[in-house]
Amino acid sequence: MKVLLRNPRRELEVDGPIRVIALLDRLDLNRESVLVIREDTLVPGDALLEDHDQIEIRPVISGGFR
Amino acid sequence: MKCRVCKAPAVIDVRRHNANFCQPHFLKLCRDQVGKAIDQFAMLSPGERVLVAVSGGKDSLALWDVLLDLGYETDGLYVGLGIGDYSESSADYARAFAEDRDRRLVEVDLRETHGYDIPTGAKSARRAPCSVCGISKRHVFDRAALDGGYDALATGHNLDDEAAVLFGNVLRWETEYLARQQPVLPARDGFPRKIKPLIRLGERETAAYCILRGIDYEVEECPMAAGNKHLGYKEALNAVETTSPGSKQQFYFGYLERAAALFTACEGESADGIALAPCANCGAPTPGEVCAFCRLAERAARTQAVAAPVRKAAS
Repeated sequence: MKVLLRNPRRELEVDGPIRVIALLDRLDLNRESVLVIREDTLVPGDALLEDHDQIEIRPVISGGFR
Repeated sequence: MKCRVCKAPAVIDVRRHNANFCQPHFLKLCRDQVGKAIDQFAMLSPGERVLVAVSGGKDSLALWDVLLDLGYETDGLYVGLGIGDYSESSADYARAFAEDRDRRLVEVDLRETHGYDIPTGAKSARRAPCSVCGISKRHVFDRAALDGGYDALATGHNLDDEAAVLFGNVLRWETEYLARQQPVLPARDGFPRKIKPLIRLGERETAAYCILRGIDYEVEECPMAAGNKHLGYKEALNAVETTSPGSKQQFYFGYLERAAALFTACEGESADGIALAPCANCGAPTPGEVCAFCRLAERAARTQAVAAPVRKAAS
């Protein structure tokens, strides 16, 4: 599957099927810091991602003083 | 995973609440949490006019959306910071949101109005860009809220922001800052009431809210914020949160409930002794003759413009 990552924007190929939590562990990403999106909507941690899926892993941390 | 409320398939897990939610019930949770924060801290009364500071990012657009949904009369305020294409695309998201909902967006461009932008201000002041940005935005926010006759200025600070700021203030025992870290700062001479209605929502929740509501926002990080302390504090707190969900909420709300009053009482005595007078240049309250913003703007406007850093390229 194609996995889009941000900050910086880049794409990875990952073999499916794989659960969301396992994918985040494999990429060494903290679950509190990202959301996983498939076809414009969110997928929860136990969702199974298939080989043909297009996935975005979106960081949610923003910084600076506001 | 099933929704805690209706048992339909869940779209998100919120480990802090030890619960999963479907789309409708997650959106309801977000609205309820904002409503609860507004009531809990007496942020707003029905019918009051609110100016929402919007950056084009997830938090401020989610805040504006929820406040509209809760029935508050709101306008948006966007400050053009002059941080290259990052600022341009952020402004586009804010404008698109306002247009879609037929709401007024007040725009103030720092360079057009005050003769400098953030990259140039940071260079001239020899300070971190986030610090210069904070001084600049606070000044513009205060001015716009007072000039527009709004009852309150709302900002998109969320639970993660407040926990990270608290963490930094505790690390350095910044007692003066601790005393002022409140969800509401009442209006006083020269300052509007300032409110933070998102303090009961984490930033993972505000981002999820935008995605589920179809709100497009600036996802990329500000190119000038990379590596700042605030981001480091958030990462540290998220590492704790991962093994102990709810820690950030306990840290921040525990402070408000059990410790904040001690710092407010302490600092109140010394703060009362400092007389504020109108800035000789802009009229904003200041302990000196000229306020920090006007000193910054005056120096920055005389400095040759600096280009903003470009965004990180894709690899």
